[in-house]
Amino acid sequence: MLHLEFMRLAFGAGIVVGLLAPAVGFFLVQRRLSLIGDGIGHVAFAGVALGYLLDLPLVLTALVVSVGGALSIEGLRARRRAAGDQALALVFYTGIAGGVVLVSAAGALNVNLFQFLFGSLLTVTRTDLAVIAGLGVGALVLIAVLYRPLVAVVVDEEGARVSNLPVVPLNALTAALAAVTIALSMRVVGILLIAALMVLPVIAAARVAWSLRSTIVISMAIGLASVLAGITTAYYANLPPGGTTVLVAAAAVLLAELRSAPAHLLHRLAR
Amino acid sequence: MPVAVRLEHVSFAYGPGAPALRDVDLTVERGEFLAIAGPNGGGKTTLLRLILGLEQPTAGRIEVSPRRRGYLPQRAQTPIDAPLTVRELVSAGRVPRSRLLGPARGSDRRAVRDAIDRVGLGDRADRRLATLSGGQQQRAFIAKALAGEPELLALDEPTTGVDVEAQEAIAALLQRLGRELGMTILYVSHEFGAVEDFVERIVLIRERVVFDGSPSDLPGVWHDPSHAHAAP
Repeated sequence: MLHLEFMRLAFGAGIVVGLLAPAVGFFLVQRRLSLIGDGIGHVAFAGVALGYLLDLPLVLTALVVSVGGALSIEGLRARRRAAGDQALALVFYTGIAGGVVLVSAAGALNVNLFQFLFGSLLTVTRTDLAVIAGLGVGALVLIAVLYRPLVAVVVDEEGARVSNLPVVPLNALTAALAAVTIALSMRVVGILLIAALMVLPVIAAARVAWSLRSTIVISMAIGLASVLAGITTAYYANLPPGGTTVLVAAAAVLLAELRSAPAHLLHRLAR
Repeated sequence: MPVAVRLEHVSFAYGPGAPALRDVDLTVERGEFLAIAGPNGGGKTTLLRLILGLEQPTAGRIEVSPRRRGYLPQRAQTPIDAPLTVRELVSAGRVPRSRLLGPARGSDRRAVRDAIDRVGLGDRADRRLATLSGGQQQRAFIAKALAGEPELLALDEPTTGVDVEAQEAIAALLQRLGRELGMTILYVSHEFGAVEDFVERIVLIRERVVFDGSPSDLPGVWHDPSHAHAAP
């Protein structure tokens, strides 16, 4: 299958997305913001619709609108203007409603939209791959460089505030990274399923890891394996890659649960 | 002695309801080990949060001179699901004192190791926090605060959920650390039996300061701060 250029492009984008999504998702899951990816994904849909309407590059418009939505959620939370789930709901529904209206106005309410909602092997262009690789690697480097302060905020946000760490900018950065991840991943996994790739590998890794650092490394390995297996399965079975990728990641959670189950059972029996 | 914390006529209310604190005056000197006690709902935690800048007073003035501050919140625990080792927890407390970008320096790793050793967890540094007893977990959180080399250490009910022996051990540890490191320590507790032998001064809070002095000056009935006669 690698003799086909579209598959090489899909795998190239998939490798970046498979590593980046759990690396960003790690910080969201630990902050109890697992569903923020879903909210931003719906905002990204509005961005895609705006791209159709204005005839602009869809990844670019999705990126700009997603980052705006993510920063709005974080801003509402930080200023305590709304509880976390209310802020999420506001942006979530505004995004999906705006997307439907815009895409309808653009006359693009057709089958092409499904490629963005659930991913498609055929949609990654060379330009897309260059953007995905550039921004994706940049995001991973940023996470590596700011790993310690990001972890400090995740472990104890109030303690970080008291000791004068820049908590608000760090939280805004996490939200912006989530938005970038979603915009970059929509070609491969799809807007509606990318949040799963940010969350499920982290859940699976936490069940088998022995430290925070090992959790993030294992989750990135699971994310990468899920995308590669998902794309391969999608190619041979003619299925949307988003769905197959997320099902592989869900299977990883199940396997991790089964692996840790005997230890829990022994502990209970001992009690 | 220079002043570490000064509150003048401070009042605070959560929303439009009754005030949690009313006209509080309090001065804490640098290096002092102060216990703040009082009944549940009396305003102890609110007072601590105001001092730390986590809440803003509705009236009055607060001055806190130490810039390096450590905080051990009530029922100190981390919200995260992922496994967290003692070293990772304590390293998180070191971040404010180190450079933000890139990996930790050797001096930061040494400071983390020293903080872990100081609380007696040197042999458990790479154990998962969840596998430690309640008292050991509290020690790990104290080490996290110490790793930032705080001039002011604020602890909110640090012995909740641990047995009496562990409570006294933590109080003795804090007294020793306060002397060794010259820290100002604010220790909030709804029961002060475990700390009264270790502090020079106790402040009782019930919306306002109802007692401020040496533990030995407390009438016997006030040893239960939730007692109906605790307030004059």
